[in-house]
Amino acid sequence: MTILAVDGVTVRFGGLVAVDGASFGVEEGAILGLIGPNGAGKTTLFNTINGVYRPRAGRITFKGEDITGLRPFQVARRGVARAHQVVRPLNDLSCLANVTVGACFGRENLSLRAATTVAEEMLSSLGLAQKAELPAGKLNVAEKKRLELARALAAKPLLLLADEVLAGLNPQEVAEMLGTFRRIKERGVTVIMIEHLMHAVMNVSDRVVVLDYGKKIAEGTPAEVQNDPKVIEAYLGDPKVAARFLEEGA
Amino acid sequence: MIKVRVPFLPFVLLVIALVAALPIVTNNPSLREELFLVLMLVTLASSVNMIMGYTGYVSFGHIVFFGIGGYIAFWLMLTFNTHFLLAAIASAIPAALMAALIGIPILRLRGAYFALSTVGINEAMKTFMTNFEPFGGALGMFFNFSIYTQYGGAREAAFLAYYTMTVVALATITTSYFVRRSKFGLSLMAIREDQDVAMVVGIDPARAKVIAYVISAFFPALAGATFFFKNGIIEPGHAFDLLRSIESLVMVVLGGIGTVAGPIVGAALYEWLRGFLITNATFANLQLALAGLLLLVTVLFVTAGLVGSLRNRFPRLRAYIQ
Amino acid sequence: MSLEALLPSAIDGLMLGFVYGLAAMGLTLIFGVMKVINLSHGPVIALGMFAVFLLFSSFGINPYVGVLAAAAIGLLFGTVIYFVAVDRVINAPELTTLLATFSVNLMIIGVGTVLFTTSPRSVDIDLGALRGSGVTILGTHAVAVVIAVLAAAALYGFLFRTRVGKQVRAVANNRAAAELMGIDSRRMLALAFGIGTALAMTSGALLSTLFAFTILSGGTYELKSFVIVVLGGLGNPTGALVGGLVIGLLEGVLTVFIPVAWVPVFEYLIFLVMLQLRPAGLLGSRA
Ligand SMILES: Nc1ncnc2c1ncn2[C@@H]1O[C@H](COP(=O)(O)OP(=O)(O)O)[C@@H](O)[C@H]1O
Ligand SMILES: [Mg+2]
Repeated sequence: MTILAVDGVTVRFGGLVAVDGASFGVEEGAILGLIGPNGAGKTTLFNTINGVYRPRAGRITFKGEDITGLRPFQVARRGVARAHQVVRPLNDLSCLANVTVGACFGRENLSLRAATTVAEEMLSSLGLAQKAELPAGKLNVAEKKRLELARALAAKPLLLLADEVLAGLNPQEVAEMLGTFRRIKERGVTVIMIEHLMHAVMNVSDRVVVLDYGKKIAEGTPAEVQNDPKVIEAYLGDPKVAARFLEEGA
Repeated sequence: MIKVRVPFLPFVLLVIALVAALPIVTNNPSLREELFLVLMLVTLASSVNMIMGYTGYVSFGHIVFFGIGGYIAFWLMLTFNTHFLLAAIASAIPAALMAALIGIPILRLRGAYFALSTVGINEAMKTFMTNFEPFGGALGMFFNFSIYTQYGGAREAAFLAYYTMTVVALATITTSYFVRRSKFGLSLMAIREDQDVAMVVGIDPARAKVIAYVISAFFPALAGATFFFKNGIIEPGHAFDLLRSIESLVMVVLGGIGTVAGPIVGAALYEWLRGFLITNATFANLQLALAGLLLLVTVLFVTAGLVGSLRNRFPRLRAYIQ
Repeated sequence: MSLEALLPSAIDGLMLGFVYGLAAMGLTLIFGVMKVINLSHGPVIALGMFAVFLLFSSFGINPYVGVLAAAAIGLLFGTVIYFVAVDRVINAPELTTLLATFSVNLMIIGVGTVLFTTSPRSVDIDLGALRGSGVTILGTHAVAVVIAVLAAAALYGFLFRTRVGKQVRAVANNRAAAELMGIDSRRMLALAFGIGTALAMTSGALLSTLFAFTILSGGTYELKSFVIVVLGGLGNPTGALVGGLVIGLLEGVLTVFIPVAWVPVFEYLIFLVMLQLRPAGLLGSRA
């Protein structure tokens, strides 16, 4: 069953078309990789799915309900959680409180006590149990990334929008994080992940969508996308990425 | 190791109730007057802390609700001979309603723009009252002593005001505590830290902020009604005194912004210090300047205030001092 | 309610508007450069009044020389305020800088009350008057307008024509980028605070030649400056000057039709409406 359908979505900033008529669907329980060069409109697409931006045209359907134009908190309460590309911890609050916030106000609308229990579990499953009482602003970057993910997951979302959660992590941390994604998937959570690390995307994704200049230029299984000349060409605009792509993809 | 955990809220309420009982037990009217003022300042500081400390919105002109509460209650007592307690409640409700009405537009503004708006509202209200003849215009309104007869005389009325102020202060602290420890309070703090993130995790910031603003307006209105009932006279400059408004922010910062105990400690300390300075011959004239110096030192070097610094310094205290 | 009163009253208000605008320029300059709402603005205006008064009454110095002196003292004093109260908390949330500058306010008022008491003072000068058909322009008012215009022009010359002025603007636009270009941003911030204070003191100095005052008189003009600054757009000096003229004119015109005491009610209502609908000010782009 398709849990999320993006249908002809267009987002503009003044004259700039950041997302240009993109359409795709995500199967329930699947991991969808969303890739594309920098500035392709991936983050903007996330912001449109969860209601931060209103699309100029198009429709977004979540579990059969049209959620186009809903406010972010309304989307969140329907079960969509978000891990930001640029981490946004609530600096003065403890790590535990940060994750409790995620558990409290999302889909489950838990009581504070229940949410705290969930948050404690989530912190330990992401290896942050030791830091529970520390103000979130005091964490290092890798820990902040995990905290960001913990906050999103604590909401027990049906759909997780993960924006470059692997960026800036060392190989071991990446491996751990990929393990986390597999576990999330096992719990039946649908994931859309934006990632630049090709081997990671190809490794865990069931399907991949490629954006370039706001347009969807390819969609398919990792293998199909990897061999799509249009995708390789899009990345050739950015030689370094293209080289890495060809290398890692092969 | 034996852990004795003193529950914070009952402890604080008990201490305040005991202190408040002192002037009654010792039959000391001047101490009563002093504590009346402290309890009022505790109410004002704790209230503004809920919107400023928990939610992150600097309500600079928060005294406007004190003034509105005072004016409406005073007018009801004067014109309809309404009983004070009824008048107080009847004034706090419109004040809270007004907070909702003005909160909806101005809480959309961020930072300096919100702070300036609250100043504007207070000044607009003050200048309006100065011209509003039904409420006495620039001269304000005053009681005949006969108004106190239904309470058994002026002395009894002063006691009634004192008891009421005590209850109002206790109620404010209790509310502040439960807000701080609740899911609602967590949503406020999330908004304070990052409103966009709060929205993305499922919080409706507009709604939460307005509720917080309404709560933080309700108690100052009661305090205003009580203060001016005891005072027997109300006029615009006294009811909408921007300096007093800013002083209550100073108390919050002095004690520890965003904590439950901070505004209590800050208000008590500020008043004690002021009393000390005024009675001290050397400092009497310079009291404002010294208050300024103290504020500057706090702002520059003790950013978290007394309670906040203690909590930061000794993390173990966090469980005991909220 | 006579319409003959309208023209002279409007002219009077407009002229006063230049002086209001000058004070507001100081407030808005500081906000524009460092995002600090300077709550010591009012007392600083009052200090400008007293600078002229003291120089005049103690040393017999011409009030207009006193105005120059007030500007110089303001520059120095503002720099001191910056380093004492603002520098340490320049990156803190707005509450911190609000309270830091408010503490300066308390200190000035506290010391000022001791030194000068709160009894009204005035600087007696009579420069005669220009009389036209039904319109009288006092010499002191005319001179105040000229000086206010010169001061505003000097600010523009400084900000747009001098190297240092350009550096101040660079710091206002983007502090981090300015630092990368080798600009000492702290010095520029201190300078901007000094200039803002100098403008406020100049305005106060001019006001002392027009009306009686006490050490507390700055408060009224501080609130007026808030209104003007919001009208012109927070951080926009041109806007502040225009806003000053608008408010001055409005006061002049309104007092003909409604009781004087109602005028501030309208001013604050305009202030609130502006904050809601056009927080970037009359000259700024739509919110
Ligand atoms: N809030 C915004 N205002 C204006 N332009 C924006 C905004 N957000 C993103 N953009 C522009 O939209 C395009 C897509 O950005 P983004 O979605 O962040 O790309 P990606 O995440 O794929 O790197 C870029 O050109 C970016 O500069
Ligand atoms: Mg991105």
